[in-house]
Amino acid sequence: MKHVDEYRDPARAKEIAREIAQLAERIGRTPERPLLIMEVCGGHTHSIFRYGIQQLLPESVQFVHGPGCPVCVLPMGRVDDCVALAERRDVIFTTFGDAMRVPGSKKSLLKAKADGADVRMVYSPLDALQLARDNPDREVVFFGLGFETTMPSTAMTVMQAKAEGLRNFSLFCNHITIIPTVKAILDSPGMELDGFLGPGHVSMVIGQAPYEFIAHHYGRPLVVAGFEPLDVLQSVYMVLRQIAEGRSEIENQYGRIVPRDGNAQALRAIQEVFELREFFEWRGLGSIDHSGVRIRAEYADFDAERKFPIPNLKIADPKACQCGEVLKGAIRPRDCKVFGTACTPEMPLGSLMVSSEGACAAYYQYARFETRASHDTAEAGA
Amino acid sequence: MCLGIPGRIVEVTDAAQRRAVVDVGGVRRAISIAFIVDDAHPPESCVGDWVLVHVGFAMSRIDEDEARRTLELLEQIGEAQAEIDAMRGSAASYGTPS
Ligand code: SF4
Repeated sequence: MKHVDEYRDPARAKEIAREIAQLAERIGRTPERPLLIMEVCGGHTHSIFRYGIQQLLPESVQFVHGPGCPVCVLPMGRVDDCVALAERRDVIFTTFGDAMRVPGSKKSLLKAKADGADVRMVYSPLDALQLARDNPDREVVFFGLGFETTMPSTAMTVMQAKAEGLRNFSLFCNHITIIPTVKAILDSPGMELDGFLGPGHVSMVIGQAPYEFIAHHYGRPLVVAGFEPLDVLQSVYMVLRQIAEGRSEIENQYGRIVPRDGNAQALRAIQEVFELREFFEWRGLGSIDHSGVRIRAEYADFDAERKFPIPNLKIADPKACQCGEVLKGAIRPRDCKVFGTACTPEMPLGSLMVSSEGACAAYYQYARFETRASHDTAEAGA
Repeated sequence: MCLGIPGRIVEVTDAAQRRAVVDVGGVRRAISIAFIVDDAHPPESCVGDWVLVHVGFAMSRIDEDEARRTLELLEQIGEAQAEIDAMRGSAASYGTPS
């Protein structure tokens, strides 16, 4: 177990892994019918692959990699919309670096930039605002994406733009919200998840209360988890302990960052600027009711969707892509027909290859050789 | 973008506008502290605080030990440098000393 040596406390990690194995046995699940724990957040997906956490667990406990990487769930049509905005001569299109390489139906933002569009990578929406102040004769559009972790920051930036009376700044709002997404997963036919690791930093903003329905209505435990390998292990243990004791509750393993009630100022900013959309399109998952937000009428002047014509086309994912199945946990990354061949981090076909928080990229980066190796030995031994 | 990065507030440049300068692994840049100030924690009291910074906003106060461990984690998963580079890349546009 080469990864465990890198843990802050390898002895403790092995101890928790042992306790998890005991609990799994007590619950009575087998490798054929394993306990399925979904980590909602892409940050956890990255940690799980980076530290080989799955290999530390008994085969009767399996992670299912959830949809919680905002870049990974961007549909092609949305990227096309960005490219269309970016290619307007009057526009400076600003985006987080993470979104640059997501493939659209014709090109990515990176390619659009190479072709001459004025696309600029920014670290913060505040940088986009500064660009608007510095370029009064240009229209600066900021591509807002992310869950509740980044939503308050774009909200505050829009409020600032309004306070300053800036007329050349607007937001192309593609923020998504976590609760309806988890609910859609719970309602999907054939759902067999036994519990959840809750997203650490989304919870830092929204607190624990919004998850209560998962425990009460669906009878599934959720533990808000930190990102260190020990945090993830500890949280899996807490989920299993609930199952073993016949409880389903919302627990918080990441109390050092996540306050019970979230961040009041951040929630206020979200409320002030955004309202729910009736539905929103996701890559691979289709349309999910109330899963996205848009800008309220009071801030219409800063809404790129009202300011510019946006093609808003629905583009089907490429046929060979199986991102949707991976996102739903129906198949593992290596089972996608194009994994590692037509689809690699260098030349991504699907968006789960683009971000290091996507299951396919994480698997490609950390796990593909390991599995091959163990597969080969198994075959050689047979 | 989603994981954020820990830093230490070294200066409050504009208390009314909730603007401060944070030091992240030696790189300084302007951030907003709007989400971590309230009556109990006025802007002036933020200097020296360790915070978790997401896309240019301090989102939560953390202790020094947590900051160190989070930074270690980000380094191990290869996210720290990317985040710091992104910060450095756009720090100049603020016109703050860096
Ligand atoms: S290998 Fe590529 S196309 Fe297949 S699921 Fe992963 S990201 Fe999507």
